[in-house]
Amino acid sequence: MQHHHQSSQLHQSAEAHEQSHHVIAVKTYLMIYLALMLLLALTVGAYFLDMGSHQINLAVAMTIAVVKAVLIVLFFMHVYYSAPLTWITAVGSLLWVGLLLAFLLADYFSRGWLDILGK
Amino acid sequence: MQASTSTLPDAGTGRQILLSHFDDLDQQHLSSNLGMWFFLVSEVMFFSGLIGAYAVYRALSPVAFERASGHMDLWVGFFNTLVLLTSSLTMALAVRCSQIGDNRGIVRYLIATAVLGTVFLGVKGFEWKQEIDHHLLPGPHFVVPAEDAEALRAVSVGTDGQFDPVKYARNLGHFQMMFVLYFFMTGVHAFHMIVGVAAVLIFAVLAQIRWFSGYGTTQIEVLGLYWHFVDVVWVFLYPLLYLIG
Repeated sequence: MQHHHQSSQLHQSAEAHEQSHHVIAVKTYLMIYLALMLLLALTVGAYFLDMGSHQINLAVAMTIAVVKAVLIVLFFMHVYYSAPLTWITAVGSLLWVGLLLAFLLADYFSRGWLDILGK
Repeated sequence: MQASTSTLPDAGTGRQILLSHFDDLDQQHLSSNLGMWFFLVSEVMFFSGLIGAYAVYRALSPVAFERASGHMDLWVGFFNTLVLLTSSLTMALAVRCSQIGDNRGIVRYLIATAVLGTVFLGVKGFEWKQEIDHHLLPGPHFVVPAEDAEALRAVSVGTDGQFDPVKYARNLGHFQMMFVLYFFMTGVHAFHMIVGVAAVLIFAVLAQIRWFSGYGTTQIEVLGLYWHFVDVVWVFLYPLLYLIG
């Protein structure tokens, strides 16, 4: 309650205050933890499942990893409740990674396409 | 508004000290948070470079990567993932305790987080020891196990269907490359863990002696961001290194 007293004193906006002090219920944390455990079990389960090709296995494993990462980032790292600037920064990292991987892989996998001398 | 030293009467109480260069506490909190996020974005780029190298080599020699990954114990990795995810839960609860002003809870959960982090590092060290004993540490003592060399010989065929020695040499090299990436990725990850465990322990002591103002909500939350990030990295490393093929 002390925080509320301070915020009225300092004329902070209720929204900014909520963004920096949102308290998540213990139950929510436990639910996220349980979901992460289930996804971990699912990853290992998917490994033992023959899905026809290694590409499909890889895609499934990476999809599960992304879901786990999103849960951690949104709830354990509080991004879900954070200020828009934090959202932009967090999502921005995906943009940079996307650029890095897209151009790196485009370079390596298109090298064999054209028979250019001295390549 | 107030000077930034912890010797002021506000230190160790529920009231957070506002540093003179901020307008209000929320701005101060957001700035600290954002600073850590900018650092984490650069960390994402750092690990992505390694994952990019991994993607290129794995695409060039998929069988070599599968054979190399076969030497890693997926259940040990499973246990370590479980330990790390649990440490993220205790870290999140430590942050929550700092928000509601439960100082004993902060210390308890921070110590739990440090213990779990140390367990992770211990298990990782045990794994490295095993791999080094099996001559799987890249370098002059590296030996491609006979059955893996045999499997790689079988897939090293040219377009004419004949055995291709150049492809074979490349596959053997990429088998070792998988271990270069494995030791480097898990190594820098472990380095981040060591830094994290040390910081968590320092914070536990600071919380215990009530060094922080406002129960260190901002500081502990920023430390939590770092810890969870290291967890996220492992969430990707586990399937990429242990669960292939």
